[in-house]
Amino acid sequence: MSLSNKHLLGLYGVPKEDIQTILDTATTFREVLERPIKKVPTLQGKTIVNLFYEDSTRTRISFELAQKRLSADTINFSTSTSSVKKGETFKDTVRNIEAMKVDMIVVRHKSAGVPTYLTKISKANIINAGDGIHEHPTQGLLDMYSIKERKGKLEGLKICIVGDVAHSRVALSNIYGLKTMGAKVSVCGPATMIPVGIESLGIKNYSKVEKAIEENDVLNVLRIQLERDAGKRIPSLREYHKYFGITSERIEKYNKEILILHPGPINRGVELSSEVADGPYQVILDQVTNGVAVRMAVLYLLGTMH
Amino acid sequence: MKIILRQVTIIHPEQKLNNKNDLLIENGVIKKIGNLIEEDHKTSEVFEFENKICSPGLFDMHVHLREPGREDEETIETGCNSAANGGFTGIACMPNTNPDIDSAEIIRFIKEKAEEHLVNVYPVAAATLNRKGEALAPLYELFEAGAVAFSDDGNTIKNAGILRNVLEYSRNFQTPVIEHCEDESLADGVMNEGINSTLLGLPGIPKVAEDLVVARDIMMAELTGGKIHIAHISSKESVELVRQAKKRGLKITAEVTPHHFTLTDDMLKTYDTNYKMNPPLRTREDVDAMIEGLKDGTIDCIASDHAPHSIEEKEMEFIYAPNGIIGLETQIGLAISELVNKKHLTIFQLIEKLAINPRKILNLPIPLIKEGEKANLTIINPDLIWTVDISKQKSKSKNSPFDKRLLTGKSIAVINNKKMFFEDKFISI
Repeated sequence: MSLSNKHLLGLYGVPKEDIQTILDTATTFREVLERPIKKVPTLQGKTIVNLFYEDSTRTRISFELAQKRLSADTINFSTSTSSVKKGETFKDTVRNIEAMKVDMIVVRHKSAGVPTYLTKISKANIINAGDGIHEHPTQGLLDMYSIKERKGKLEGLKICIVGDVAHSRVALSNIYGLKTMGAKVSVCGPATMIPVGIESLGIKNYSKVEKAIEENDVLNVLRIQLERDAGKRIPSLREYHKYFGITSERIEKYNKEILILHPGPINRGVELSSEVADGPYQVILDQVTNGVAVRMAVLYLLGTMH
Repeated sequence: MKIILRQVTIIHPEQKLNNKNDLLIENGVIKKIGNLIEEDHKTSEVFEFENKICSPGLFDMHVHLREPGREDEETIETGCNSAANGGFTGIACMPNTNPDIDSAEIIRFIKEKAEEHLVNVYPVAAATLNRKGEALAPLYELFEAGAVAFSDDGNTIKNAGILRNVLEYSRNFQTPVIEHCEDESLADGVMNEGINSTLLGLPGIPKVAEDLVVARDIMMAELTGGKIHIAHISSKESVELVRQAKKRGLKITAEVTPHHFTLTDDMLKTYDTNYKMNPPLRTREDVDAMIEGLKDGTIDCIASDHAPHSIEEKEMEFIYAPNGIIGLETQIGLAISELVNKKHLTIFQLIEKLAINPRKILNLPIPLIKEGEKANLTIINPDLIWTVDISKQKSKSKNSPFDKRLLTGKSIAVINNKKMFFEDKFISI
């Protein structure tokens, strides 16, 4: 079992076999996570740097835990200030880190394209942990894993991404990955939050959330990110909740079979009502657990490539 | 010193010249065209220029020299060297220096620095103080000191009332206002908005951000009778707006850069910051519209928007990297390869757009190829196939997406101000 690329920059263009391999490998690691001793020696002696140029708690913790479970040596480099403000260029920072002989770099950055750029200036395996509003491939993979876990398959399923699709890094990774696996992807949200030209990717755009609930098997509900100026694109959180919020009433009226995903952290009472966030339709905490397993799979597969 | 340009093809669209002849230049002045005697040959240095074009010296009306302020990126001298190497004998330099070109002293500083050079430098001054769009710069004084146009360069003059005053006030001396057309409220992005910006996850700038300002500026030109020149036009719709305005007889002119008639936003897929510019690279449809606009005369001239940036600034994360590329030394090659060799423009039309029209827009005299006139000439080898090597260029900066590109057509010599630039050397003549 091996992948066709030594980096995971996004799910764009990743072949079906690779995604399948990652998901299958994640199943093995998911088992490990249920053991009393949750550690395997697979990446012993490997050094991994988590290079986080943007605030992140859960993704970084998830990666870190995955690395520790695989017995890799982990270094965290976090800074929320851009290289511009810090004085040292991004390239110099990376070269310094690489000079310490690292094998893999997990990178999060506010600018799209940074993981691609890293592949040009570093010899390490690069894993994208979120670049701007571009991709967040391990999130896409863990979403797929979680859907498959509940629904038994991905092919033929209908999945709608709801919310600020245009300013989400989760959305594109979901779209690319799910389409490759044969699922049908659609989007729903206020038009100010739908990306330009999305229809040309063969993606249906629902203007009413009720219809999206009714016609889909899964909703991947995105967080309304006030820290990314979401407030400029909607009149108020109250109005957003009123027209696009996922509530028990809507689910019970339109589709009781629906599965709800959310990448977290949740704004309760905005994109999800508390009832839904804690209710029987969602798998939000399973996503978090699966996230560790999926990241272990990616790290393992890339880290043991020759 | 006397030099002879032997068997050059003299092309001058204004004088309707297109013939092969010998040119004798003495002390920087054209002494004889044809009818050379043996004595001339004996006493002159002879350059064999058969099948080379001799045109009036080319002119680039949109160049960023970084002096004063960022001499690490370009100086007046290195910028002029770059222009000479690219085939230009005249350039207009934009006012976004530090400090801005908004006082007569800075105009004099630039003119003084450029005085001895082969390349003539004509400063474009800020239209408003500090290019802030709030209060008029001392326009008359700037004009008198040598400013050939006014522009808030990099900024649109947002306030229509201020723009009106700039246009009306400058009508007294017929100086054009060069507008960078971009509605800031729509321009919160780093590339063209469209399917590619969606796929790349980079914030986009819609073409409408440009179109809105072009439309407004056309109306302002109509209101005031002032002259507006649209810098680096890039959107198909803007070209159409200019086309209609010209039909109505308004004093609107426009320029396009080589990158906007050559490249599309597909190039950004590598996230190479050398494809980051403002206005951003657009789509194929827009590139075709630029070419159409050049063909039918809607777009008057070609200008490089030569924008030097240091390596460390350009080699940054995409959203942080500055906009712009250098372009003086690739301009003719791109124009001949993309426009002339693809049969969109004749070499006559190209020379109009590179030598005649920019000077007309800026009210500068057109160099004539005539006995008794000052020699201000560019010698072009239209058939030379060459590979761009940015490391060998004269510009102090290296930010170009055209490195390693194969081009056809190159300037091989320029002559102006009793100097000649040939085979990488300046010679006094």
